[in-house]
This record gives sequence, structure tokens and C-alpha cells, in this order.
Amino acid sequence: MSGCHQTSDYKEEMNTGRKKIVLAGNPNTGKSVFFNHFTGIYVDVSNYPGTTLEISCGRYGAYSVFDTPGVYGISSFNDEETVARDIILGADLVINVVSAVHLERDLFLTQQLIDTGIPVILALNMIDEAGKLGMEIDVEALADMLGVPVIPTVAIKKKGFDRLAASLIEARPGNKTPELQVMLEPLSLEHGVPQGEALLILEGDPVVAGRWGMAPGDSREIIYRKRRMHVNNICSSVVRETYAGSGFASRLSRWMIRPVTGIPILAFSLWAMYKFVGIFVAGTVVGITEGEIMLGIFEPAVRSLVGYIMPLNSLPGTILAGEFGLLTMTFTYLLGLLLPLVVAFYFMLALFEDSGYLPRIATLVDRLLTGVGLNGRGVIPIILGFGCVTMATITTRLLASDREKKIAIFLLGLTIPCSAQLGVIAGMLSGLGPEYVLLYVTVIFAVLVVSGTALNAMLPGESSHLLIDLPPLRLPRPLNIIRKTGIKSYAFLKEAAPLFAAGALIVSALQLTGMLSYIQRLLAPLTVAWLGLPPEAATAFVMGLVRRDFGAAGLSSLSLGHLQTVVALVVITLFVPCIASIMVIFKERSRGEALWIWGGSVLTAFFTGGLINQLSRLITGGNSQHTPLILAFAAMVSALGVALLLRLLTCHRKKPGYSI
Amino acid sequence: MTLDRVKRGCLCRIISMPSEQVRDQCIRLGICEGETVNCCEIVPAGPVVIRKKRQEIAIGRALAKKIAVEEI
Repeated sequence: MSGCHQTSDYKEEMNTGRKKIVLAGNPNTGKSVFFNHFTGIYVDVSNYPGTTLEISCGRYGAYSVFDTPGVYGISSFNDEETVARDIILGADLVINVVSAVHLERDLFLTQQLIDTGIPVILALNMIDEAGKLGMEIDVEALADMLGVPVIPTVAIKKKGFDRLAASLIEARPGNKTPELQVMLEPLSLEHGVPQGEALLILEGDPVVAGRWGMAPGDSREIIYRKRRMHVNNICSSVVRETYAGSGFASRLSRWMIRPVTGIPILAFSLWAMYKFVGIFVAGTVVGITEGEIMLGIFEPAVRSLVGYIMPLNSLPGTILAGEFGLLTMTFTYLLGLLLPLVVAFYFMLALFEDSGYLPRIATLVDRLLTGVGLNGRGVIPIILGFGCVTMATITTRLLASDREKKIAIFLLGLTIPCSAQLGVIAGMLSGLGPEYVLLYVTVIFAVLVVSGTALNAMLPGESSHLLIDLPPLRLPRPLNIIRKTGIKSYAFLKEAAPLFAAGALIVSALQLTGMLSYIQRLLAPLTVAWLGLPPEAATAFVMGLVRRDFGAAGLSSLSLGHLQTVVALVVITLFVPCIASIMVIFKERSRGEALWIWGGSVLTAFFTGGLINQLSRLITGGNSQHTPLILAFAAMVSALGVALLLRLLTCHRKKPGYSI
Repeated sequence: MTLDRVKRGCLCRIISMPSEQVRDQCIRLGICEGETVNCCEIVPAGPVVIRKKRQEIAIGRALAKKIAVEEI
């Protein structure tokens, strides 16, 4: 049993000369459970199309086994398909996992796999659910018509797995879509192109065509139509519907999409999430982990230990166990503050994802997001951003156009506070009273609306439209949720720990060389005169560079007035994202664009923060108890005004793309 | 008539889709031109949800405006 998760690993595994089994299927068919059964390796089971981009591989007996992202077909429509296509074309046999509940949809991929000429065995999964919904499937007739073995399975109960394993040797090339053979022959006979690649060239796949030095074919629509008709024929002869089920799940699904009920459901879900993550975990749990365990027991222990070896005020002593020490601050923030928040956040997200709620949220908020140049799918990176902006920036890959990726990455870096930062922000805001919370939320929201609308107006082209599959709602499976939370939290820790240590080192170096007070003095005119904050606030901003929550946490030690707190929090939120997310932005975008995003964030942060401060003085002298409400109102009105103006200016647009 | 004008709960037949890419994506999901679908949900000013058997697809309003249908 061996596992590989890195891109390079699976490429190596492809070339070992072992027989290759590839698991393929539509999203939400339970593919990963099969992979787990064969290899013993657990991989993320995502109920949301587009969240798994990683390829996993392992071994089963004499075979190498590869998992692929869930796709509806193989071609070059998006990253998942490209990856899946290449692995499938190199397979010795494909286990095609099909959801019995969605036979018509899933068999399209099945038939495409069969058309490539690769030996296929079909796992007809969720056969029990289909039965409950009143569908009877004639398995033998299905196997006959497709020409490949069909094994009914119930993956979550491991039913049918033994039979599937025993039948692997029976996998064989199936019956192709009628009339396809004639179309394939010129390519395969005259040019010697293997059948699978010939098929993709005919279907107009530019990448595969390029490999053979050919122009992509133009027969995709004809082949797709023939294949769809063929599949529909198969379905109508093997499926017998005894009754149409319409239970509570489908009613709930309706309620989630209709604004009248959907908005309250969403509000309730977010409220529950806030209660759990923001109040219980950020307050109670972190109070124990950070306050009592890390600050109360761990740090004094480390200090006395280091004190035995060297004086604490020496250079290495300060670096190891000082205020920003490698062994003290890094561990306290990472384990005491961040870990509980991140675990809680991933847990909530896993619930949303596993239940199938996410695409429904996407449908509900589509209208709002089209205003800022995204479509409903953009809600996924935004929600993920509240967990970790770094991770969310990576997920922007699932957006259909480059334009949307640009907008989403900028908005993420600018306006979305990550869970670590959010915890500290929520803690600081909760002491101020609801009108200040309202002010903070309104200002951040206003910045999001204005910058999103502005980007949408300025960037050429038009964003793609929503076209999304709504998978059936289902009860999240507890084991799945726990595993997913564990895996994601561990991955986060692994990635974040070195960055934290580097951050602590940088801050220690800045402090020891006197750079910190120099930067403080340099920024002082800006922080004191423009933002109306004490000069020490500059330290918090500089630390925000290292990690966003360092900045936010640095503020909580200053004594600030209520309005000052809001100004400082707004600047910290809008200010550049943490060093990890900056690195990811540089990786995902060109250097120029990343610098532009960075500069834009800093400028917007100081501009907005200063504007609140100056306006509050202008309107009321900063003393009225109504100041926050007036400011919130002003922010709302000006944001809507600017947004409306920008929309009016850009009424005429070019032709849109598409999205799925 | 276009898809965004269909009333909730009504059946319609899809006559044409705006681009090859949209057509291909829909065919893969099981819905092609000439097919009869149920317009099962409309988010005000937002997406239209169409359904064929158990397959549901949400389609953005601007795209729905470009899909020609006839009511049945």
C-alpha cells in the first residue's frame, strides 16, 4: 500500500510499467470511497463540483490505482477535465462509477469512455437510493447494451465491492456509439492514432490534436448528439420508474433557492456558523487553548527552559523566547489561536459541502455576484476566504474565466478577513456595541461592492454566466465530515507552520535592529494625522504583513476609542493579506498583476480608514453617539451610488462566455 | 419566447441555445435542444432552475434570456 498526492508523484506512478486502473465518474458518485477501498488511502470526498483538483494514486495488488476529479465528460473544458482526460487515456482499465439515481446524466461519460476503446467496468453505485426513489434498473440489460460488465454497489456500505474486485479481469471495451466507428477509422487506420485520442481529436480537443500535429476536428456536436440519443435510448429501455419520489429533500432544496425562504435559511446558517466559530470557538475554546494552556503553562515553561541554556535578553534568547519568539509566539498563535478556529471553520464548510447546500447558495446569490463581475460560483472562494484566504485564492481556479479569477483574487485579498483574523476582529468588536459592528460591516461591504463593480466595469470582456448542476441534498455523513475536517486542518498546519516561523523571525529581526520603531516613526504621520490612531498602531499594520491575525491581535493590546478601533480594524482587514496569500497570489497571477493587487490593497486600506476618521470629525466632531450610524449610512449610500453610476456607464457589453 | 419568461412549474421545449459550449455542457448533463424540461424554480431577477427527471440545472438569468423555448 502506498500513497501519492503530489502532481509529480502520480506522474511517476504512471510510468512504473504496472497495470493502471483509473477511477472515473461524474461528481458526487462516491468515487473516492472506491479509491479508499482499493488502496486504503483516504481522499477528500467532495459533494461540490470543482473542489478536488488533486490527483491521488495508490496500489492494489499488481495494479496502480488512480483517482480522478469528478467530470461530466472528458475534453479540455476546464482544469479537472484536462487532468482526468490524460490519466484516462493512459489507463489499462477504467472503473467507471455511476450514480444509479442519475443514470441519464452519468451514462454520457460512460459512453464517452467506452468510445475511447479502453476496457471499462461499470460500478452502478447508490443502487439502494435508486430503489427508494422508485427506480428499477435492469442490470443485465444495461450490461448487454453497453457491452461491459455492470456491478451494482452501495459504496458507503461497501456492498458489491468484493464482486467488483473479482470482476476486474472481465473489464472490456464496450459497444461504441452507433456510426462512430466509421468516423474514427480514417484517423486510426490512416494516421495510426490510438482510438481514444482519435475520438478526442474528432471531438475538437485542441490539446490532443496538437500532440498529433493535427487541427482539432469539428464533429463534437454531431458526436455528442448521437451519444446523448444513444444513452437516452439505453435508459428508457433499462429503467422502469414505479413512482416519482418527491420527499422532504426536494422541498427543502426549493426553499433553499427561493429568496423568501432561502435568505432566512442562509442567514440562519451563517448565524449558526458565527455562533459556533465566532463565539464558542473564538471565545471559550481559544480562551482555554491560548490563554490558559499556551500563555499560562507553555510559554513560561519554554522561557525557563531557554533561560537555563542562555540569558533570555541575549540575541538568540530573544529570537527563541522573546516577545515574538520562535518557540513562544509562533506556537501560541499557531496552536492556541489559529488551530481551533481553522478546525471549526473547516468543520462548518464540510457540513455545507457534504450536504449539497453550496451549489444552492450559489444559485441564490448569483444575482448579487453578477453585479461585481462574478457569478454564483464565486461564492465558494468567498466563503472559503472566511476560513483561509490562501486556500480560497487557490480555489479561484474553478472559476470559468480569467476575468473572474482576477476579480475574485482581488476581492479576497482586499475585503475578506480570514478565520484567524475574524476571530480577533469579532472579539474586539463585540465589546463596542451593535452600532459599531454595523459600521464595520457596512464599510467592508461598501468597499467590496465599489471595488467589485469598478473592476467589473474596467476589465475588458464579460464574465461567464451561471450554469450549474444541483446535486441531490443529503444528510452529511459524520465520519466523512470528521475526516475531511481533520485532513484539511492538518494540511493547513503543515503549510502554515514554516510561514509562521519565518514571520516570527522577520518581526524579531525588525525589533532587534530597531527597524520596527523606524517604520513606526515613518508611518506615524499617516497613522496619527490621517487615521487618528496612536503611533504604535503602525506596528500592528506591519505585523499584518506577516500574518493578518498578528496585525489584528497586535491592535487588541492598544487602548483605543470605539471609533478608533473600527478605523484600525477596517485598515487591518483591507490591508494586504498575509504573507502566505501574497505568495499564492504571485504564483497564480503574473508578477505585475500581483504587485498591482498588493499596492491597490494598501492604498484602499489607508484611504478608507482615513476617510472614516476624517468624516467622523467633520460630521460630529467625533463625539456624537450617532456617529457610527451616520457613517454607516453614508458608506452604504455612497457605495450604492458609485455602483449604480458605474453600471450606467457600462451598459453595453461584449458577448459573454459560459460556465458550468 | 425565451427561458427567462417561462412561468414556474411550466413545461417547455428547448428550441435553441446561444453557443456551442453551452449546448455541449447541457448535453453532458442530459438536456439537449428539442428536449422537454420543467421550469421548476425561478429566483426573482436571478437564475432559472430547470429539471428533467431527477437532473436539475441552475441557469443564470442573462444566459436564460438567450435560450429560446416554446411552452407546452
